[in-house]
Amino acid sequence: MILTVDHVTKRFGGLTAVDDVSVELEEGMILGLIGPNGAGKTTLFNCITGVYPPTSGSVVFRGKEIAGSKAYTVARMGLARTHQIVRPLNDLTVRENVIVGACYGRENLGLRDGAKVADEVLEFVGLASRTEELAGKLNVAQKKRLELARALAARPHMLLLDEVLAGLNTAEVTGMLDTIRAIREGGVTILMIEHIMHAVMNLSDRIIVLDYGKLIAEGAPEAVAQDERVIEAYLGDPDIIEEVTDVDAIEEDPT
Amino acid sequence: MMDFLKRTVGLWIPLLVVAGIAAYPLITGSDSNREAMFSILLAIALASSLNILLGYTGYVSFGHIVFFGIGGYAGLYVMTVLGWNIWFAVLLGATVAGLIAYLLGSAILRLRGGYFALATIGVNEAMRALTGNIDALGGPIGMDVNFSLYKPFGGPGGMLQFVFWSVVALTVLVIIISFVVKKSKFGLGLQAIREDEDAAEDMGVVAPRAKTWAYVLSAIIPGALGVLFFFKNGHIEPGEAFRLALSIEMIVWVMLGGIGTVLGPVVGAGLYQETRKLLLTNAYLKNIQLAVAGALLLAIVLFVPAGIVGWLRSRNARLRKVLE
Repeated sequence: MILTVDHVTKRFGGLTAVDDVSVELEEGMILGLIGPNGAGKTTLFNCITGVYPPTSGSVVFRGKEIAGSKAYTVARMGLARTHQIVRPLNDLTVRENVIVGACYGRENLGLRDGAKVADEVLEFVGLASRTEELAGKLNVAQKKRLELARALAARPHMLLLDEVLAGLNTAEVTGMLDTIRAIREGGVTILMIEHIMHAVMNLSDRIIVLDYGKLIAEGAPEAVAQDERVIEAYLGDPDIIEEVTDVDAIEEDPT
Repeated sequence: MMDFLKRTVGLWIPLLVVAGIAAYPLITGSDSNREAMFSILLAIALASSLNILLGYTGYVSFGHIVFFGIGGYAGLYVMTVLGWNIWFAVLLGATVAGLIAYLLGSAILRLRGGYFALATIGVNEAMRALTGNIDALGGPIGMDVNFSLYKPFGGPGGMLQFVFWSVVALTVLVIIISFVVKKSKFGLGLQAIREDEDAAEDMGVVAPRAKTWAYVLSAIIPGALGVLFFFKNGHIEPGEAFRLALSIEMIVWVMLGGIGTVLGPVVGAGLYQETRKLLLTNAYLKNIQLAVAGALLLAIVLFVPAGIVGWLRSRNARLRKVLE
């Protein structure tokens, strides 16, 4: 197991955002994390990546306890993430953004080697023609790719993708799906939060479903899509129900 | 060789400007010119130091003059009371300022935005009150430099020469530091923190450590300058050592020239000090000199937040390669 989340709970005052969640990830797999808005998906991500410590429970990454570790410690161990709301370093160039990821990531590279890795990664995600532009000037789809490039430049063992498809048009989604598959081919384990059902159903080896902070279902994509509790959790959100059953539909930007 | 020059052109331009300023009194042979250039160089060195924290790291230190004062007090104390020579005193001033920045940074750099700025003002005011109450430092009256200390330089004239060239050397040093930092991995980490501290940490930048070292780097040269300035001044007292107005002027110098650039603080400090001289020698305007600084800061923030050099860089790709 590359990542073991064991009985993790996160409370904010009286609100329990993540409630006793346990998940295991095998090396090389893609695990999809779905659930209605406010289900605690990003909170779970933040507990794993050290943005804040879980209230209780443990997170073990490659044999080491990381619950309560700082974000930079977790990043340097080879667990990289992207942000749901993109966070480009606006006044730095696209290339510099990715060099930060390379230099401060798992391999702790110097500037020169970091620049080499950055150029490779930018080529891979399809931003090679934009390297000298300021990151703030990119459009949404490009910023999403920049998020991905920064995370990849760290040469992580595992990647946490927080809605990298949100806000992309159909063609961009297709392109991004190919990129994600290629990343997995490279041996990187992926945990992804996604709202676009057909995408997450197609990509994932397994799916877990959060609702009100609780893990309500886990299993193969087809099984999860038929699960009563999952359908119930999405009740009141007919668009999404439609998507679970209709794999061709693509959701409008949920953010 | 050409390649080296090309890569470091952003360093040579500000160094040439400083060389020009330093050579001006030599060429004209005028003592009053030397004093005018002294105040400009002092401003450039202070502004460039502050820029490492304010420009690269994005932390607004409103009370940065505290390190100038601390250096001055430490230096004058060991010179006048313990009889140290000026070299060791300058080294000590830099060390004490750096050490205090390290300790202080570990505590107050957790604060972000306006809270950090307020804390730095608080520290400056606290130091002013503290030095005013320590008898060994002369309390509110402060300390005087015995004129016999100027003897090794051949009297006050030689001392003025010595201090001037020392400040030139420190100005060159701080410009080299700010160029090297900007071009380093450490500097890239600082700029990542400036743009988005949380995102930087998510990418593995150890922000608390990087910020603390940026604070230390931005404090040591002001500490050394404080020793030289108050040695030349012949006197130090709390109100002069920890003058908040000067702290605000430091921010204006950086913002006017171009925040986060190597050349910016040089241009900003130079222009501002020259303008100030014009204001001070004008019968009508001399009393509103600080108000002009305030209005200038407001205008920069509103209309050209990137400052002169930043604006030039944003206008032209070729300039971007030359101006750092």
